[in-house]
Parts: sequence; C-alpha cells; structure tokens
Amino acid sequence: MPEQQIKNLTMNFGPQHPAAHGVLRLVLEMDGEVVERADPHIGLLHRGTEKLIEYKTYLQAVPYFDRLDYVAPMNQEHAFALATERLLGLKVPARGQYIRVLYCEIGRLLNHLLNVTTFAIDIGAITPALWGFEEREVLMEFYERASGARLHAAYFRPGGVHQDLPAGLLDDIHKYCGRLPKVIDDLENLLTENRIFKQRTVDIGIVDRKDALDWGFSGPMLRASGVAWDLRKQQPYDTYADFDFDVPIGKTGDCYARYLVRMEEMRQSLRIIRQACEKMPGGPVVTDDRKVAPPPRAEMKRSMEALIHHFKLYTEGYHVPAGETYAAVEAPKGEFGVYLVADGSNKPYRCKIRAPGFAHLSSLDFQSKGHMLADAVAIIGSMDIVFGEIDR
Amino acid sequence: MLMFWNGYALPTVIIVAQVVAIVVPLMLAVAYLTYAERKVLAAMQLRMGPNVVGWWGLLQPIADGLKLLTKETVIPSGANRLLFVAAPMLSFILALVAWAVIPFSAGMVLANINVGVLYLFAISSLGVYGIVVAGWASNSKYAFLGALRSAAQMVSYEVSIGFVIVTVIMCAGSMNLSKIVEAQKHVWFFIPLFPMFIVFFISGLAETNRTPFDLAEGESELVAGYFVEYSSMTFALFYLGEYANMILISAMTAVLFLGGWLPPIDIAPLNWIPGPVWFALKIAVGLFFFLWARATLPRYRYDQLMRLGWKVFLPFSLLWVALTAGVLVYGGLV
Repeated sequence: MPEQQIKNLTMNFGPQHPAAHGVLRLVLEMDGEVVERADPHIGLLHRGTEKLIEYKTYLQAVPYFDRLDYVAPMNQEHAFALATERLLGLKVPARGQYIRVLYCEIGRLLNHLLNVTTFAIDIGAITPALWGFEEREVLMEFYERASGARLHAAYFRPGGVHQDLPAGLLDDIHKYCGRLPKVIDDLENLLTENRIFKQRTVDIGIVDRKDALDWGFSGPMLRASGVAWDLRKQQPYDTYADFDFDVPIGKTGDCYARYLVRMEEMRQSLRIIRQACEKMPGGPVVTDDRKVAPPPRAEMKRSMEALIHHFKLYTEGYHVPAGETYAAVEAPKGEFGVYLVADGSNKPYRCKIRAPGFAHLSSLDFQSKGHMLADAVAIIGSMDIVFGEIDR
Repeated sequence: MLMFWNGYALPTVIIVAQVVAIVVPLMLAVAYLTYAERKVLAAMQLRMGPNVVGWWGLLQPIADGLKLLTKETVIPSGANRLLFVAAPMLSFILALVAWAVIPFSAGMVLANINVGVLYLFAISSLGVYGIVVAGWASNSKYAFLGALRSAAQMVSYEVSIGFVIVTVIMCAGSMNLSKIVEAQKHVWFFIPLFPMFIVFFISGLAETNRTPFDLAEGESELVAGYFVEYSSMTFALFYLGEYANMILISAMTAVLFLGGWLPPIDIAPLNWIPGPVWFALKIAVGLFFFLWARATLPRYRYDQLMRLGWKVFLPFSLLWVALTAGVLVYGGLV
C-alpha cells in the first residue's frame, strides 16, 4: 500500500469574503482549522494613483489622497499639503492650522469608530457597528458642512484649507464632544470586559516590540506593542505642539491591546477636538500668497491682477521649486507619508505614497501562523487595513 | 367498510388534522420569529427594522418567503445532487417531527408517549445529519468546514443536554413530557435546578447554532458555513428548520423548567388564562433571550466552544446529576 500523503487544505479567502475588508484576497494553507500559511494577494484596487499624480497639477493631485484611505480622507490630504508647503516654503495661517488639526482628529474618530466596530463584527458581535455608524454619520456631516462633501473632501490644500468654517459649526462640534464619550462607553460596555471578546482577542497575533519595528509598523499597531511613537508628539506638525493630549501605549501587542489603544485614542482625539474648538483663533484660513492660493471672489471682481491669478491657478497651477521632501503625518492607521520630488514645473516629478496599511498587511503571515481561521479573521480586523491605501 | 372507516381512515384523518393544526401555526410562528428577530435586533441597534411591507412591516416575512419561492435553485456543478437536495429537507422535517410530543396544554398533545423526552433527544441528535450532509454534498471548502464545526459542536453539547434532562427526569419521575409538566405544579424546576436551567439554555444556543455559538455559519469566517451554496427554497428550508429548532428549544425549556402550560401561581385570575397561552408566553420569553444573545455577544472560536462543552458543562452537569440523585434518595423525596 502506498504511503498516505496528507495534503494541506488550501482555501481562497476573498476578495468577496465578508471579512476581507474590501478586496483582500488571501490564499490560506490550512491544517484543519489551523492556518499554516497566509499569503495576502493585493492589487485588486490598484488605480495607479502615484503615476496619475505625476500628470496632474499640485492642486489637482489633492483629491487623489481622499481616495486612498477613504475612511479618514483629510488625514491623507494633510500629508500632501505639508509636503507641498515644505517645497514652496509656505506658512499656513494659525486658523488654517487649527482647522486642520480639528479635522484630522475628526478623521481619526471616523477611522477608529469604523475599525473598532468592524473588528467587533469580525469577532461576531454585530451591534457595535450599528452604534458606531450612527456616530460616523454625525461626524461626516461635520465634514460636509466644512467642505461640501461627506467623504472626498479635497479640503486641506497646500497653503491652508479651502474655505473657512461656516458659522455655528464649531459650537456644534464642541457640543458633540460631550455626546460621543457616552457612545464610546457603551461600546466598551459591550466589548472591553466581555469574556468571549477577550477570549477571542487576548494573546492573538502577538507582535513584540522588536518585531513591530522590524515589520515597519506604525500608529496604533506599533503603540499596542509598547513603542511610544506618535508623530503628533515626536515631530509635531501644524499646531499639534499646542495641544494637551496623551498617547496611549499597549503592553501586550495582541489584538486586544490594539483595540484598547484605539478606544483610548478616540478619547484623546476628543480632548484635542475640544481644545481646538476652544482655542480656535480668528484670521485667514489659507495663505495670502496669491501665487498659490486663489484670491477671494470679491477681490477678483475689482482687481485685474487677482483675476489673472485665479485664471492661472486654475489652468496652469503653480510651479514648485525643484527639490524633494518627505512629509509624514500620524494618520489614524499609522505613519502616512508623501515623498514628493519637484522639478520646478507645475506637476510633481514623483509622488511616492507610504501607506501604513501596506506594512501591516505584509506581516499577516507572520502574525497568523499557527492560529486558527477565526483568529486570522480577528487579526485582519485588528490591523485596520483599507485597500484604497494599500493598493493605491 | 365501516370497520375500515372507523379503524383506519377516521384516525388517519384526525391525525392529519392534528398535524396540520400544529404545523401551520408553527410555520407562522417561524415566519414571525424572523420578523421579531429583525425588530428586536433593530431596536437594540438603533434601527427601524422592516417597516415597509404591510403595517409596521408585518407582511415582510411573507414577502421574503414568496421571494425565495420564485428564485432558482442553483445546484453547484461538483455537488452530489441527491444529497444536496435531500439535506435541507432532512433538516426541515426533523425540526417539525419533534413537535409531535410537545404538550401544549393538559392532554393537548399529538403523541402522548411515555418516552417523550427520549424521542425529543433522538430527533434533535439526528438534526446534525442535515448539516453534515449539506456541507459534504455542496463540494465547497467553506461548507465543508462549517459542517465539520457544526457536527462537533452539536455532538458535544448534546451530551450535557442529556445530563440536564436526566436531572429533570429524576425530579419528575417520568419521561412523559405531560407528567414532567404536572410534576411542576408546586414549584417550577428552574428554581431548584437553576444551574442546570442555565446549562440547558446555553447548550440550547449551541444546539441551534445561534450566537455566540454560530460558528457553523460564522459569517465573518465561513461566510455562511454549511449552507453557503444553497439558494431559493433549499436555503429557505434550512432557515425554517433553524428557526423551528429555536422555537423547539424554547418549548423544551418551558416544558422542562418553566412549568409548561401551568400558570406561575395557581390562583384565580391567572388560571383563567388557558394553558396554551401560558406556554406560548414562556416560549416567547425564551426566544427573546435567543435574540438578546445575538445582539450582545461575540462568537466563540471552535476550540473554545469545545472546551466549554467538554471541560466545563459536562463535568458540571455530571456533578449535578449525582448531587440531585443524592438529595432525592437521602432526602426521601423519591
């Protein structure tokens, strides 16, 4: 009798799988329920963003950043705006910077609400998602009132933000800061001390400090592994240095620690938002350099020069002096960076985007090896991946 | 001729009429259990639930049923056609036949057999076949994994359910379900046997593949588990079977622990209400807990579920069997 060969079960997980978080395709090699190898296949949402940006003026490139991590669009725009401003040597007025900080933190709330609650769905708890999405709706309305769009805002532009906040919006945001903690408490009631939730997440997908650094982790993934690294504190950009907030650090580096870090980050974001609403200075929201930012509409009606500026800005765009720079922001998912090379023309010569999710996803095999299928799903949920930014 | 009529035909007609009288309300109850589930979940999740078809969405389950009836039954190319079609039927039939021994009120039972509990136990053990056959016949890896999980799960929890039932039988001194209910005239069994009541209910969740034990169909892992390849009425039969089983487990809980059709206290206004109403109310309470669990709890992992079944519930219920037996014998209650 020939020797029996035991073949591993190869499973195709996704891209239409409900826990694939978009279009992740995994080829799983499994020994029964135990994952032996997880091979992520990416590229199903590749749109060639980086190449497209090379053929667009700097202003036209902004909307592409909304479409990367579409869960927290403005945070991406922020990195591009910072890079361009650095090359142009621009200074953004204080109000513009405060508005950016305010909306970056709203973006963080949007992202963490989505991630934490969909993570709960991956674990099997369906209710948190519906509670979380109720709040996301309110936050997206704040997006809409500022920029006119709920998702693809194109609001942070090189030089500041597109337009000033409408009257009353700051009061509403400030009022809302009093309501959200209650919802976060409710979510924590359902999950944090839930025995089943803890059994499913504690000690699952442990990444220690060294591994986290080796795999290029950033953001909550890195902090959950015990590395105190947050670009908002370490390399403050815009006015983050003026704000009083804490950076939560996890100890264990497992899925549960990542969940806890995100929950606490939401509370800290609320602190920042509250401070931003209270400290918000007056004045212009965008630089008065007419070579970069368009003149106000009223001025165009009277000044020929302003009209010419407007025409030039919206046809040719502005020229950026030759040079290169790397600007990174602490996006909700981690370090989101833009490496921008300018050749003196009105279009970027190269725009490399560093998406945090890409590094996190690459460690999936490392994290899920030896765990069960259900744990692999939990790990994917805790990594907070969005394919807009991974596939670009 | 008359003898044939009196001896065979008439009893057959009566039995068929009784069966119809049980199955039709049961099917309606299943349909409206899906409605109740959606409404209760919606209320817990800050949503509206179905509210378009009919008044307050009351016709939604009917519309869903009609939709499924008109759909095409897709049979995957690699599937075993016979078993693929037979599996949902098996599931559904087994979910229905169990109702033959459930007493709705004093004397209101289709088959008042003396081994009613054993019959129920046997039927619910067979239920796993529908799932295993479906998972195997679909020729899909997801369905196959779902079937494996489900088989393991139902077998493990059957054991502790068995011991729970043994304690109830010991206390009641009969395996006839009507006698078990009547034995609870003075005190419902869930009071003296409270821990076993909890074990039974949790095992019932596992037995019916409901949250937090729904990993046979675990949406976020196995997409839909064993019925991932099913569509149209074959899918609907699984669904009806699952919900009929939920009602059955609630009915068993009511019969074994909550005094079946008996009112809470045997005094004037309460015992005017007919038995079936009390019974239905108790079932409804049980079902609400099923839905509540679904809205609240995450899902267990396969190995954790097995550990809970074999290492916690089994020793615990075994201990309680011994304890109950000891109390009954030495307390002179037998």
